[in-house]
Amino acid sequence: MGAAMSTEAMETVAIRAEGLEKHFAAVPALNGVDLDVAPGELVALLGPSGSGKTTLLRIVAGLDHPTAGRVFFGDEDATALPVQARRVGFVFQSYALFRHMTVGDNVAYGLKVRPRSARPSRTDIRKRVSELLELVHLPGLEKRFPAQLSGGQRQRVALARALAVEPRVLLLDEPFGALDAKVRRDLRRWLRDLHDRTGHTTLFVTHDQDEALELADRVAILDRGRIEQIGTPDEVYDRPATAFVAGFIGEAVKVPVTVAGGRVLLGPHGLPAPDGFRDGPAALFVRPRDLVAAEDGEDVADTMPLAVAGVRRAGPARRAELSIAEHLPAVEIELPPHVSPSRGDTLAVRFSTLRLFPA
Amino acid sequence: MSAAAPARAPWFRLRQPSALPGFCPTLGFALLYLSLIVLIPLGALVLRASGLGLDGIWQVATSPRVRAALEVSFGVSLAAAAVNSVFGLLVAWVLTRYRFPARRLLDAMVDLPFALPTAVAGISLAAIWAPNGWIGGLLAPLGIKVAFTPLGIFVALVFVGLPFVVRTVQPVLADLDRETEEASASLGATRRQTVFRVVLPSLLPAILTGFALAFGRAVGEYGSVIFIAGNLPFRSEIAPLLIVIKLEEFDYQGATVIASVMLAIAFLLLLTINLIQAWSRRRFGHV
Repeated sequence: MGAAMSTEAMETVAIRAEGLEKHFAAVPALNGVDLDVAPGELVALLGPSGSGKTTLLRIVAGLDHPTAGRVFFGDEDATALPVQARRVGFVFQSYALFRHMTVGDNVAYGLKVRPRSARPSRTDIRKRVSELLELVHLPGLEKRFPAQLSGGQRQRVALARALAVEPRVLLLDEPFGALDAKVRRDLRRWLRDLHDRTGHTTLFVTHDQDEALELADRVAILDRGRIEQIGTPDEVYDRPATAFVAGFIGEAVKVPVTVAGGRVLLGPHGLPAPDGFRDGPAALFVRPRDLVAAEDGEDVADTMPLAVAGVRRAGPARRAELSIAEHLPAVEIELPPHVSPSRGDTLAVRFSTLRLFPA
Repeated sequence: MSAAAPARAPWFRLRQPSALPGFCPTLGFALLYLSLIVLIPLGALVLRASGLGLDGIWQVATSPRVRAALEVSFGVSLAAAAVNSVFGLLVAWVLTRYRFPARRLLDAMVDLPFALPTAVAGISLAAIWAPNGWIGGLLAPLGIKVAFTPLGIFVALVFVGLPFVVRTVQPVLADLDRETEEASASLGATRRQTVFRVVLPSLLPAILTGFALAFGRAVGEYGSVIFIAGNLPFRSEIAPLLIVIKLEEFDYQGATVIASVMLAIAFLLLLTINLIQAWSRRRFGHV
């Protein structure tokens, strides 16, 4: 999937990972990962914990070394470059601010450690620091210590510190992981704005799909050291490429079904299967919005009767909890005004989208 | 001047109001314990010394032999604590940062100077560093004499002080966040810059504590030193030995005067180190 994108982005790729593998004491953490990130793109690495997303980010940064595979920045093979020479801006989940330095010294650090010939003058450094603090909405906090800041403020200081070295790429590891929900949402929007203004190629790791879908231009979904799918938020949400993605993105109920003779069979009922779907056991992923109460006179062969486990009123809307099969969580759908089943009835529903994958 | 003036907080409070009880009993016990173990014996010491009067004290304290002994004691102790701070830090670094065979064995060995009777340490060190010993024999052709010189005292004090620095720095070093160092590297800092600008400043309070403990132990050290020092008056005679000599001559007041002067100097030095440490904790963000 990543390869398909790369043919048109060949000349204009900012980060390329080729066949990356990483083994920790024989346990594979990355299992052949290919990834292309276009200049100025904001790409999310999304996956459950242990999927290898942070390992991938650290290898791109040069903080870990791949067992096999290569990393390119533009045309330059960066695989052998040490982290110091990669010019990446890395923001750690814990922020990793220097506690014994003021905010100003933290931000200035990357400039101060440059060799004398490449180091800006003191006044230039001071000017740059105040510009950066302005950019991250923390003007005038140069003299504070990190311990005197809130979590969200520390996060932004860490970002300013990473931006100070004018990085070729910005790498963020769970940038909002340690913050509370409200601050997370604010910072998410703010980071998107910042990215649109500064245009840094950005790769960020998250386990929060809302964050990935809202923030990223493209989302790469990882599982067990592989990229399962990479695409725009719409692509991965609406057209999951694998059973893992279908189960991971959105709130789906996984229903084990059997496909035989062009029909998806669930207990005594059936639905038409997509053309050419191979017979055998399969997994049907049902999201609430996939189910629509059937209209009168609809072909019974296209609908499925489901037991109503409960009906609730939520403000103007009425919702019904439908039980698809025993031992599976109920799916809640919104009812049209003229349909009013009660508990224990059956309701015929149509699948607006059928997310069916071979099991 | 209304009659119903709101109750004002008293201008002085012995304790801050707190939901966690236990301040009074613990403070009381701590004071009692410190009095019995530390304050009363030291008070008796100073009281005994004061029997000589200020003039008398001044005379004993500034007599050439006492001054020489005090200089040797404090000078060599400071030097040994300084050297221990550097090499103790190195040992702590190696023990916490790397995994290698026999690491735990080495780790356990650091505590040996704590456990060994100091006289045993002194005799072993003297034997090894004497001109005919294993190490002393190698140095003798170069004209370097260690045992029975102030250098010998230094060796003994380094030996007894080492665990203090290692054991105070080790836990802090182990808790140090690896990501801060990675952050420093990702910002372009060389390893050297990372160590000197990020790691060492975070360790400074712990190093200073280790320094103070090693120094305090060195000043009071007696057993291991007298075997290797040679104990030549004006050259390699330490103040604690001079106290023992005075006692053997039944000059109890002279002995208590030297002891009191040592006490005063040690207290001032430790207080200074503690103030520097408090400053560095604040300065380096350990709130």
